[in-house]
Amino acid sequence: MTEMVVAEPLWKIRLKLWIRSLRTGWELFKEKKLALFGLGVIIFFAIFGLLYPLYPVVMKNLFWKHDSFGYQTFMPYDPIVGFDPDIMSHPSPPSLRHPLGTDPLGRDILAMIMYSTPREFVLGITAALITVIIGTIIGASAAYYGGVIDTFFMRLADIVMLFPSLALLMVLSAFMELTLFRLALIMGILAGFGSITLVLKAQALTVKVRPFIDAAKSTGASDAYIIFKHIIPNILPLSFLYMMFNVTGAIFTEAVLSFLGLANIRMSWGVIIQMAESSGYLMGASIGMYWWLWLPAGVCITLLCSSFYFLGRGLEEIVNPRLRKR
Amino acid sequence: MLKFLGKRVLQIVVLLFIYVTVVYWLIEAMPGSFVDQYLLNPKLTPEIRENLKRQFGFDKPAHIRYLIYMKNFLTLDLGISFSYFPTRVTTIIAERLPRTVFLFVTSTLVSYVLGYNLGKRAAWKRSGLLDKTTTFVGIVFWTIFLPLLAIFNIWLFGVILKILPLNQFIDPNLWKSAPLSAQTIFIRLLLTALVFLIVFLIALLISNRLKTIPAKKTVLYTSSITTIVVSIVIWILSGYSTYAWDIIKHMVLPVLTLTLYSFAGSMLVMRDTMLDVIREDYITTAKAKGLPDNVVRDKHAARNALLPLVTNFVISLGFTVGGGIITETMFSWPGIGRAYLEALNTQDTPLLIGLLVFTGIFVLIAHLVADVLYAVLDPRIRY
Repeated sequence: MTEMVVAEPLWKIRLKLWIRSLRTGWELFKEKKLALFGLGVIIFFAIFGLLYPLYPVVMKNLFWKHDSFGYQTFMPYDPIVGFDPDIMSHPSPPSLRHPLGTDPLGRDILAMIMYSTPREFVLGITAALITVIIGTIIGASAAYYGGVIDTFFMRLADIVMLFPSLALLMVLSAFMELTLFRLALIMGILAGFGSITLVLKAQALTVKVRPFIDAAKSTGASDAYIIFKHIIPNILPLSFLYMMFNVTGAIFTEAVLSFLGLANIRMSWGVIIQMAESSGYLMGASIGMYWWLWLPAGVCITLLCSSFYFLGRGLEEIVNPRLRKR
Repeated sequence: MLKFLGKRVLQIVVLLFIYVTVVYWLIEAMPGSFVDQYLLNPKLTPEIRENLKRQFGFDKPAHIRYLIYMKNFLTLDLGISFSYFPTRVTTIIAERLPRTVFLFVTSTLVSYVLGYNLGKRAAWKRSGLLDKTTTFVGIVFWTIFLPLLAIFNIWLFGVILKILPLNQFIDPNLWKSAPLSAQTIFIRLLLTALVFLIVFLIALLISNRLKTIPAKKTVLYTSSITTIVVSIVIWILSGYSTYAWDIIKHMVLPVLTLTLYSFAGSMLVMRDTMLDVIREDYITTAKAKGLPDNVVRDKHAARNALLPLVTNFVISLGFTVGGGIITETMFSWPGIGRAYLEALNTQDTPLLIGLLVFTGIFVLIAHLVADVLYAVLDPRIRY
């Protein structure tokens, strides 16, 4: 009897399998039009944000060719300290010089929005990643070990879930300056010990009773090996799904905190609206008159949040067999 | 069941104590305090300084104050607010809670009725036009930046159409010569709503016993319409109807905003559960029996998909207190959420702790009710 010899190295086979599963996943995903829409919007925003460095250069060549001294002094397209001296009064409505108008301090709204876009991505994804990493590890180990570890983390989740997260973040804003990164870290950690552990633990429990876990145990695999190599890969699709929803939550929370003026973030979409609010342009009749101060930024927040949610829902229909079409 | 309940209540009590402790130390550790704004005055003599500290209770070390707080907490005393001086925290909560609860209960009820109806229809014709549009619109509203929605609604209904007041709880000009306080009128409004709800529920129970569909409909509709007409007549006769109408007018916009914001949550839950239920064999059987499509959908499928929605409803009511911060700020609605923001800004420690603790109690009770409801509604679940 001749032994079967596989000439290809292992990693190549793995790669092939991975590509194949990715392809079938994509076939399923393609049918979800809403999820595709979400993905499209996310890609649009990613490109939109990355184009930011080009924007001042283009505008300079179009409108400031003969006034490079003025351009260098006032930096009209700087999102934080910019000012346009050639316009009589700020906020000014959208014009060719400022496609989305200027805010009460004379800063260009489009520049502010573009500048903030990558930051929103960083914030949302960092927070969601931290949440998912914590949640997955805790969920998997709570399900695997059971007993004291399980009880401890589940009760901890109960307490974390008791706190209204926005209210808690407001209190924390008194302790420290909530910069973008700190905010992402805190939101990620808080959400990571919360309800996500319950969901992932439930999923990990269904994995734990499968025969291959026993098989791995009988070959002498260590606990850590089983958790990281067998349980976590099987609950990873679900964690990835929750990551999408958490991105939405993180961006929304940041926007609300900035809007209430409690976060120490120099520029973000929420800050743009807060600027309009604190300088009194969101009162009575001025709401409609100065629409460019709040509408574009608000629409951006909504669009990015909902596109991540759409993406999550689309993935959920693939991952969750209950929702799959027969 | 009793054993389960006992265990759950014990768990809740332990959780509550841990929660109160965490909240207390968290707020206690906040830099600065309410007294600081007085102590910073350089003209104060040391004696006055000491006196002030003593009066606010800051002369004792933190752990002693914690023990005192816990002792008071056991007697349901949450202390005295700093910024509203001699008012008790419990009084402030009791005054503001009805406003928040009324706001949220109304909008949650409306959004759940909406979500239930849309969700079951969307799931029944999966990937149909209704499914696609409701999912799209629902998720956009579900993830919308809430202040944006509030601003937009204020602009549309208050500024452009001019049919609704922009914000606030009452119109001060109207209430200058009012014989009763706004709170009294508001409580009476609440009672009216409660009476209506009770009549409606009783009518629902009676109509469930009746056999034919027309009889059911008559009982339900006549009783609800009579109650509404009678209560409106009573309000008009009492002479306070203009004031009541003023409060209702001020409530419409926040309720509308919250409903739009939250209906998708219940709709998506309903849709997903329906999709699960539709696959059950008894649905196929019901269809095979030749029952009309509507009957299978409403009587067989939707009834069984209702369970997660009901528990979800109770739990979401628990979060009303914490969720009101944004809406109440946007509409200057003097409820719990706004009190929280104010307390945070003025460093009113007792009020802050009180509100957080109260929210926690509210959520815990909601969870307990949800557990019990689950067991009552689903005979398969045994504790």
